[in-house]
Amino acid sequence: MTMTQTARRESAFGTFARSNTAIGALFMLPAAAFLLCFLTYPLGLGVWLGFTDAKIGRDGIFIGLENYQALARDSVFWMAVSNTVLYTFVASILKFIFGLWLALILNEHLPFKSFFRAVILLPWVVPTVLSALAFWWIYDAQFSIISWSLIRLGWIDTPINFLGDPNNARASVIAANVWRGIPFVAISLLAGLQTIPQSLHEAASLDGATSWQRFRFITLPMLTPIIAVVMTFSVLFTFTDFQLIYVLTKGGPVNATHLMATLSFQRGIPGGQLGEGAAIAVAMIPFLLASILFSFFGLQRRKWQQGGQD
Amino acid sequence: MASVEFANVRKSFGTHPVIKGVDIEIADGEFVILVGPSGCGKSTLLRMLAGLENISAGEIRIGGQVVNGLAPKERDIAMVFQNYALYPHMTVADNMAFSLKLKGAPKSEIDKRVKPAAEILGLAPLLDRFPRQLSGGQRQRVAMGRAIVRDPQVFLFDEPLSNLDAKLRVAMRAEIKELHQRLKTTTVYVTHDQIEAMTMADKIVVMHDGIVEQIGAPLELYDQPANLFVASFIGSPAMNMIKGKLDPSDTEKFITDKGVVLPVAKAPDSAKGRALIYGLRPEHMTIANGGIPAEVVVIEPTGSETQMIMRVGGDDITGVFHQRIAARPGEIVGLSIHAEATYLFDAETGTRLV
Repeated sequence: MTMTQTARRESAFGTFARSNTAIGALFMLPAAAFLLCFLTYPLGLGVWLGFTDAKIGRDGIFIGLENYQALARDSVFWMAVSNTVLYTFVASILKFIFGLWLALILNEHLPFKSFFRAVILLPWVVPTVLSALAFWWIYDAQFSIISWSLIRLGWIDTPINFLGDPNNARASVIAANVWRGIPFVAISLLAGLQTIPQSLHEAASLDGATSWQRFRFITLPMLTPIIAVVMTFSVLFTFTDFQLIYVLTKGGPVNATHLMATLSFQRGIPGGQLGEGAAIAVAMIPFLLASILFSFFGLQRRKWQQGGQD
Repeated sequence: MASVEFANVRKSFGTHPVIKGVDIEIADGEFVILVGPSGCGKSTLLRMLAGLENISAGEIRIGGQVVNGLAPKERDIAMVFQNYALYPHMTVADNMAFSLKLKGAPKSEIDKRVKPAAEILGLAPLLDRFPRQLSGGQRQRVAMGRAIVRDPQVFLFDEPLSNLDAKLRVAMRAEIKELHQRLKTTTVYVTHDQIEAMTMADKIVVMHDGIVEQIGAPLELYDQPANLFVASFIGSPAMNMIKGKLDPSDTEKFITDKGVVLPVAKAPDSAKGRALIYGLRPEHMTIANGGIPAEVVVIEPTGSETQMIMRVGGDDITGVFHQRIAARPGEIVGLSIHAEATYLFDAETGTRLV
């Protein structure tokens, strides 16, 4: 009697252990633990710090929304916000236009096509700090190669003050970011272009489409899903950019090029105000969330993509 | 509608010639099928007619006008692709209306042309669907609808049925043929399937290795193949071909390399003494007592007919009989060959002698 009961209990446990749910949970455990340790904990800590007055070397105490109230009255913070939005907006649009243009060119039958495709990737492969240093020289107040060339050409008389003037500095860092970001957009869109069957272009040209019409009515609509993915990533990368600004201007002149990421770092680490730095970083979350939501809706399968296979 | 002419058309990819001088004349309203094995250049030829491949030498004329230098959109032709090439982001109606929209036709005119085309093809209830939501056969119809709406000078079909299952293929075959009888638009159709070619074409062009082997009506090719290639390509099951020579003393006897005597209709004297190939269609034989002894190797009854592979003196011969045969593999049957329906080919050049 007892023997049978034990056996039955064991078999019940055995059934559970063999069920897909249990095995699924078991296999997910390591990944869940990993995420908890390395993703949720630091993020949670960051959010928590934003509600404290922690400084380096001193645990903070909970002060509610005081950090955020202070930031709301802080003109430097608002300048960083508007810089970040401007930086992201202008750089993303330029990256998209140039990236798409490059992708379209590389999709044609060119001699040395694979060589050009590899070369295009260089700005993306070079470490940001390295390319930022190169741009630092290009934008140097005295030795800038751009100023030198333009003076030689006789177009200007004095060197351009690239990084010393607020508006010049903003334009300069945007240009450097665009240069760095184009390869990602171009190569991703090129991959997208290659998924469009050649026969569609042939059918369209038989239907009487000019090359512009083929681009407008075939290429562009079929590329939209990939454009949505690529541009979401591009916006996220640009919005959270740090290295380029940190090397080129450190946020200067007079905070004119501070992005939220650089301001957060400056206040939090060199400035020692961990709580305030964390609050600035947390303030980026709504923007990032908005762009992720945008992509979530943008990425939803369009009606024409639903249904069976091709 | 228009006639189409290929005059000594050539095409090379790099140094590799794929079309080696092709001459074809297609009359206004004709349904012509280019048929041949993979790689024979038939699709390339069609794409050259469409303007999707340029022409290395020679002339292509549509309606008497040389089109060598014209872009595809200026040739007024419509093409149905093997993979249909439907625009996946457009509904069936938009797919069919695309060419008219590009021309800037008013909405009323677009409706006036899309609706009847959709009716003809039974697409009316599907006009708001997207290509992905359609079955293979429906997509095929949309592709044809897109061509019909254009009302072009010439229809081009590039292996349009090869992505369909066998049953649907037979149905679509009839549908395309009916469509042509109704619209009477000049049609050039490419396929590797000789049954498709036989059943649909007014005129078949058999291509092989970049040249035209023979041009003619389906039964003409079947009854009078110009050479070994056409003879073996047209007809299913394929023609039996056996190597051998004529009997020097009797031109009505063919002796195979293995020493079996087969009957032939009176052969010309020129055939004497040469290495020949004996051609015999599977349906031109009957089972009869006292015939040539043949060992049954495989027997395949299909109900309406019986197909048998038999060994005659070491050569395999396929036969199709419109009767039920109760033979078993290994048994010896008597084979009676219809001598007047046999062919002789020159073994070296492949040309037909009888």
